[in-house]
Amino acid sequence: MSAGWLQVLKPLSPRARRVLGALSFVLPVLLWCIVSYVPGVWHPQVLITKPGSVEYLEPGMRMDREDFDNEVADARESDKPAPEGMPANPIYLPAPHEVAMALYTAFTTPPVSQDGQWLHQSLWHSIQIILWGFVISSAIGVPLGVLCGTYSTVARLNEPFIEFFRYLPAPAFGALAVAILGIYDGPKITIIVIGTLFQQVLIIANTTRKLDVALVEAALTLGTKSAKLLSRVVVPGILPDLYRDQRILLGWAWTYLIVAELIGTTSGITWFITLQARYQHFANVYAAIIIIGIIGVGTDMTLALIGRKLFPWDRTLDKSS
Amino acid sequence: MDQFISPATLPSYLEQSADVRARFARLKAREIILDVQNLSKIFGNGKQSTTALRDINFRTHRREFLCVVGPSGCGKTSLVRILAGLEEKTSGQVLLQGKDVAGPGRERGMVFQGYTLFPWLTVKKNVMFGLEVNGHGSHESERQALQWLQLVGLERFADAYPHQLSGGMKQRVAIVRALANQPRILLMDEPFGALDAQTRCRMQAHLLEIWRKIDITIVFITHDLDEAIFLADRILVLSAHPGEVRELIEVPVPRPRSAAQLITPTFLATKARLEELIHQSKADDDEEADTYAMVARLTEVVDNVE
Repeated sequence: MSAGWLQVLKPLSPRARRVLGALSFVLPVLLWCIVSYVPGVWHPQVLITKPGSVEYLEPGMRMDREDFDNEVADARESDKPAPEGMPANPIYLPAPHEVAMALYTAFTTPPVSQDGQWLHQSLWHSIQIILWGFVISSAIGVPLGVLCGTYSTVARLNEPFIEFFRYLPAPAFGALAVAILGIYDGPKITIIVIGTLFQQVLIIANTTRKLDVALVEAALTLGTKSAKLLSRVVVPGILPDLYRDQRILLGWAWTYLIVAELIGTTSGITWFITLQARYQHFANVYAAIIIIGIIGVGTDMTLALIGRKLFPWDRTLDKSS
Repeated sequence: MDQFISPATLPSYLEQSADVRARFARLKAREIILDVQNLSKIFGNGKQSTTALRDINFRTHRREFLCVVGPSGCGKTSLVRILAGLEEKTSGQVLLQGKDVAGPGRERGMVFQGYTLFPWLTVKKNVMFGLEVNGHGSHESERQALQWLQLVGLERFADAYPHQLSGGMKQRVAIVRALANQPRILLMDEPFGALDAQTRCRMQAHLLEIWRKIDITIVFITHDLDEAIFLADRILVLSAHPGEVRELIEVPVPRPRSAAQLITPTFLATKARLEELIHQSKADDDEEADTYAMVARLTEVVDNVE
């Protein structure tokens, strides 16, 4: 039995891949459903339906079950009408159907204030921040990484400093970025660049170093001058791996989004999340978080698909994804 | 016991038929392509240095097929890499048509043991690579590349990627990729080492066919003695630690070569001589034989397999 399920480094059949892949999403959702819908499981609070004789209670209020039980006992003792309620989860854990509803209504609900933004506008703003941050980071990081990987002199001149810098938490530069670039998009993009760039250089340099040196030697014996080696051998040789690195790094940039958007004036999806949390619309908060995940995974899957078309010779693609 | 041709009944490997002698005379009359003089290679420095090659001298003539054999650690690969310009020599000279060579160059093509086709280029583009980086137009390069692929019977695979080819096909492409540059000399570092026995035999015949058709001098590294005798005009035998020239053997086996010659007396005589030379140098620092004898009997099955 265990030999059938846990085989070391054995690829799965297509059917098993599909089933297990679906389960990896279904199981957490199922757990969430059980906690939300099965009354005996968890439900540490009580949602008041009738306050009875207790003065400070109102319908729709939540309170800990223990306190509620005490109030009921007190009321019974003094022969007054007891409060009524039903078991509930804390407000920060909405049920799946509420979040599913919110996923739809979040887009159809107009902004609260006049100058507020619709959800899709907030999202688009966030995506632009990420995109600019990633483009600027890549414009510097990719060429520098490739050069570091190719030429040891460039690597030695840059990598020790970059190695140091990448340990500095990007948000630490928030105040500085605001002082220099103002309170709008500039500092946010900067944080994403700082968070991505230094890792990017090191990762791409390492990828470049993994190029089979025999390919370079083969090119040399074919009469390639070293100036042409970079463009004719190194870059095409690492391109599929470079592309994969970029996909990972784009995901990395996303994780800096929320922190970046908190800097200066809160904006984009973060502004939406903060606002919804303030009004205790937690279903909307979950919806927004899920949307970020969907956009991230969606982008990555699309890029993976494009990669397969771009690099038909790449063998490692068969193994991953 | 099977029948052996006892060493006593073999002719001397130095005996050459009139044809073979005439062929060697013609070979030596041709111009010298590669002249290696007092070549040495020392790795590391100070106390930790090891001498990989010491005072290597040999010459190859135009259109000669030279094989280099020797026990492992004799520096065969270092030698061919120095000839290719991929490694620096410590001292001595390497002259190609009288000119000192430094660094890699298109006039010395190389085929490696591993597969070094560019995976991102199609077979045709791989063959075009050398032509293009040396300034040929893409149209002309393509025409020539297709011609070369025809020579090795791979024109049908012109638009395939290397990963779609078998090992033998990959090496055929690697050979014509090197030849398309029209080098003076083709260096081959155990190019068939990774292939299975059958493919290897076919590749050897193939290589001889190519060599016969074009003006190319070949230096071929191998550890397979049969392969060396089958292919070579002359065989350079190196000893190990440090790598030194033990002998430059003129292979007395007549051409054209065929697989049937593998059991002729001249072939066996040459092989006996090679084995003698290589074992001699192995005996100097060989510990493997001792450890082998120490393996205790570990089987519980009582009858003997041998």
